[in-house]
Amino acid sequence: MKKRLVVIGNGMAPGRALERLFEAAPDAYDVTIFNAEPRVNYDRIMLSPVLSGEKAYEDIIIHDEAWYAERGVTLLQGRRVTAIDREARTVTAADGTTAAYDKLIIATGSSPFIIPVPGHDLPGVLAYRDLDDVEKMLEGAKTGGRAVVIGGGLLGLEAAAGLRMQGMDVTVLHLMPTLMERQLDPSAGYLLEKAVAERGIEVVCKANTKEILGIDKVEGVKLEDGRIIDCSMVVMAVGIRPSTQLAKDAGLEVNRGIVVDDRMRTSDPDVYAVGECVEHRGMIYGLVAPLYEMAAVLADQLVAGAKEYRGSHTSTKLKVTGIDLFSAGDFADGEDREEIVLRDAASGIYKRLVIREDRLLGVVLYGDTADGAWYFQMLKDGADVSELRETLIFGQAFAGATPLDPTVAVAALPADAEICGCNGVCKGRIESAIHEKNLRSIDDVRAHTKASASCGSCSGLVEHLLRIALGEAYNPAAVQPMCGCTELGHADVRRLIKAKGLKTIPAVMQELEWTSANGCAKCRPALNYYLVADWPGEYEDDEQSRFINERVHANIQKDGTYSVVPRMWGGVTTSDELRAIADVVDKFAIPTVKVTGGQRIDMLGVRKEDLPAVWADLGKAGFVSGHAYAKGLRTVKTCVGSTWCRFGTQDSAGLGIRLERFLWGAWTPAKVKLAVSGCPRNCAEATCKDVGVVCVDSGYEIHFAGAAGLDIKGTEVLCSVPTEDEAIETIAALVQMYRESGHYLERIYKWAKRIGYDTVRAHIAEDAGRRAEYLARFVHAQSFAQDDPWAARAASAAGHATEFRPLAEIGTAFPPPNVMEPAE
Amino acid sequence: MSTFVKIGRVSDIPPLGARCVKTLGTSIGVFRTADDRIYAIENRCPHRGGPLSEGIVHGTSVTCPLHNTVVSLVTGEVEGPDGGSVMTVAVDVVDGVIFVDLPNARAA
Repeated sequence: MKKRLVVIGNGMAPGRALERLFEAAPDAYDVTIFNAEPRVNYDRIMLSPVLSGEKAYEDIIIHDEAWYAERGVTLLQGRRVTAIDREARTVTAADGTTAAYDKLIIATGSSPFIIPVPGHDLPGVLAYRDLDDVEKMLEGAKTGGRAVVIGGGLLGLEAAAGLRMQGMDVTVLHLMPTLMERQLDPSAGYLLEKAVAERGIEVVCKANTKEILGIDKVEGVKLEDGRIIDCSMVVMAVGIRPSTQLAKDAGLEVNRGIVVDDRMRTSDPDVYAVGECVEHRGMIYGLVAPLYEMAAVLADQLVAGAKEYRGSHTSTKLKVTGIDLFSAGDFADGEDREEIVLRDAASGIYKRLVIREDRLLGVVLYGDTADGAWYFQMLKDGADVSELRETLIFGQAFAGATPLDPTVAVAALPADAEICGCNGVCKGRIESAIHEKNLRSIDDVRAHTKASASCGSCSGLVEHLLRIALGEAYNPAAVQPMCGCTELGHADVRRLIKAKGLKTIPAVMQELEWTSANGCAKCRPALNYYLVADWPGEYEDDEQSRFINERVHANIQKDGTYSVVPRMWGGVTTSDELRAIADVVDKFAIPTVKVTGGQRIDMLGVRKEDLPAVWADLGKAGFVSGHAYAKGLRTVKTCVGSTWCRFGTQDSAGLGIRLERFLWGAWTPAKVKLAVSGCPRNCAEATCKDVGVVCVDSGYEIHFAGAAGLDIKGTEVLCSVPTEDEAIETIAALVQMYRESGHYLERIYKWAKRIGYDTVRAHIAEDAGRRAEYLARFVHAQSFAQDDPWAARAASAAGHATEFRPLAEIGTAFPPPNVMEPAE
Repeated sequence: MSTFVKIGRVSDIPPLGARCVKTLGTSIGVFRTADDRIYAIENRCPHRGGPLSEGIVHGTSVTCPLHNTVVSLVTGEVEGPDGGSVMTVAVDVVDGVIFVDLPNARAA
C-alpha cells in the first residue's frame, strides 16, 4: 500500500521537493497538500517582474492544476492548517478538513516583518510577499501619487522599481548608510543608489521611520528627524520571519525557525520541514537556491536515499531591468583577507573579489555580472585560485592570461556545475536533457529543465551548452529581429515598451538602441501601432510612420490612384446610400465600382487630389470610412439570418451591424475581418474569418483564427454563448487580447497558433474576470478611436492644401515658370 | 543660365514626409528628412512606377508604397540587390524656400 504524505504549504520549496520525489519514485506516496493561499504553486521570486508589468501571473506559474491532477495529488487550496496531532498522525485545517499521514512535511514559509510603528495597521500599508500584495500595489498605483518603500534591500528596491514603472513617485527609506548593505559593500551600494536615483526614485538612507501618518488611510511617513513624506501607499520590505507557530504548537523543537537536521527531519523523525520556515545549523535562508537544495535532499530522504544537506552558500541578483548586480559569499574586510578591485567609472562597472588563503570568499559585481556564475562555482567548490590570481578579476574569458572562447570555458565546467541558480539546474542535467529529449532551442531547454526560465541571467550559458551539444545545428537566431534596425524581436519590443513605459517612437529607438537614425518602413509602422495600442489617449499618432493607405485613408492602386470604400454596416444598405454613391461616382468620374469580398462597395480609380471632396460628399450622405485600407477592423460579413431566411436561427445581420458599430475604428496588428452566419449552412462563410459567429438554436458559436488569404485555414471554436451581448463582449475581449499581444502584420490565425489556441480560450472563454478586464481596456481605447478620419480630413481644408495636391505645378510657359506662391 | 525654380517652403513638408511637384516632363518627389534636409528625385519607382513621394521616408531613403523598393534620396539608386535608379534633382534652400533645378521641365 502507498504511504500517505501530507504537505503543509504549497510554495516553491515543497513544490520542488515533490517534483524531485515524483521523478525518483512516482508511486511511492499518496500526496495531499494543504495550501493557505488559494492558488497553485508559483514562482515567488518573479513577483517583481509581475509588479513592473514585464510578466503576468500565468507566466510565473510553476505547476498548473493539470500537474497535480496528472500525479494524483490532492491539492486543498485556500485551506489553512490549524493543528498537527503527532500522536494520531493527523493534520486539521480551519474548516475541519483532516488528513492522516505517514510522513509529514511542514513548509509554512515565512511572513513579512511589519515594523510596529504607530499607524502600521492603516489601510495602504502593504507587505511585499505574495501575489495578493502585488495586486494591491497595482491597484493602488492606478491612482498615482507617491509610494514610500521602507527597506532598501533586494525586495524593497524591486518593489520601488516596479511601482515606479507603474507610474508612481517613489521614495525608498533605508535605515543603513548604503543600500543592500548585507549583500554589497559601500562602493557598490553607492553605484546602486545612483542607478536607482537615475530612475526617478528618491533614496533616503539613514532614515528611521517613527510613525505612519493618516486617519482612515495612509497619508504620509514621519521620520525620527522630523521630516514628513506625503504618500498614499507604504510598502514594508524590511525582512521576513519564519512561520513556526504550527510547529511550536505541535511540540516540535523551534528556535528562530523549525529546527531540522542534515536529513531535513524535525525533532519528530516522521515530520520533515523545508524552506524559509526552517533553521538548519543555526541558519535561516530566504533565497531560493538553498531552499531548492533542501528540497532535493528532502525528496531523496523520502525514498530512503542517502543525501544530506550541509548548508548553502548564497548569491543574490537584483531583478530590476537595467541594473546588473551580483553578490555572493562574505565580502567583509578582515586581516587575513586580500581583495582585488576593478573600477571602471566610465562604464559604471565595479567588481570586488575577497580571497583568503587562495580561496574565493566573496564576490561583488556591479554593472557587468556575466561572470557571476563562474565565480560562484569556484567559491562553492573552494577552488584554489592561485594560478588565476593575476587575471581573476577580468573574468572567465581571460582566466589564465589568454582570452578563452567562452564556449570552451563552459565546456570545461564539471557536470555538477550549477548553471541556473534560480532553479538549481546543473550542467549535466541540461546536457542530458538536450540529448535525451532532442532539444533544439533555448525555449526547449526552458520547457524541459526550467534552466533560465526564471530571471534569465544564465541564458548565455545555456546557449553555450546548446552550441556545444548541437554544433552547427544550433541556430540561435530563433528570434527574428523586427527589421535591420534592431536585434530585438517583436515580442521583446512590445514587452519593453510596456516595461520601460516608452511612449514615443524616438524614446523606443533611444532606449532599445536602434541602429538607424529614424528606423525604416518596417519598424516605424510597427512601433506606431504598438504605441497606439499600448497607450490609448496618451500617444500621439505619428502620421509619417503610417503606410500611405492609412495616411490618406484610401487604398493606393497600381497606377497611383486610390480606391475608396465607405462603411456599410453589416453589409446592409439603402436606396439613399446607393444613390449617394452613384452621384459620387458620376461627379468624380470614378471609372470602376465593384462589390468587395467583404460585401462593401469599392470605388476604384479616384485621383488623390479628389479624395477630400469624395469624402465630403460621402460624409454628407451619412457614410464613414470603411477602413478598407487599415490594419484594423474592416468588415463584418453577414447573411440575412432569421429576418428573411427560412433556415436562419438568429438575427445574423443585426448582430453583424452591432459588432461592426462596436468594433469599428480599432487599430489592430493586421487587418481583422469578421462574419456572422445565421445558421450552420454558413452563407457568410464565418468559418474562414479572423473571427466568425455561427448562429445556432441555442445561441452563438464563436469561432476564431480562420484564414482565407495566403493560407487557407478553418476556424477554431472559441466558445458558445447564449446571448448577443455576450457574443459581442467575448469578441471584443478577444480582439483586445490580440491587440495587446499580436506582432505587427501578424494575422489572428498566426497569433493564435503562436500563443496557443488553449491559451486564448483560457483567457477569453474560461476566465470571466480576465475577459471583463480585456473588454474594459478595449472600451477605453475605443473612446479615442471611433472618430471618422474622412470627416476630420474633409473638414480641415487647410490640412490638405499640399498633401493631396502637388506642392507646385510647373506649366508649359517655362522658362521661367509661373509658380504659385505656396500657402504657409 | 539657372534653371532653379521656386516650388514652396520647407514648412510645407512635414519632417520625414514628402510632397510632389508636377512638371510637364515628369512628377518630382520632394522629401524632407528628420534633420530638415530637402532632397528631390523623380517621383517614379524604377520597379513598377510607384509614386515615391507617397512612401515612408527614413534616414536619406524612401520606401516605395507599392512593393517596398528602397530608393536613396541622395543618389537615386535602388538600395539592396535589385538595382535600378531614378533621376535626382538638385535642390537649393534659401531662407526656408525650396528651389529645384528642372532641366527636364525646360526640355518639355
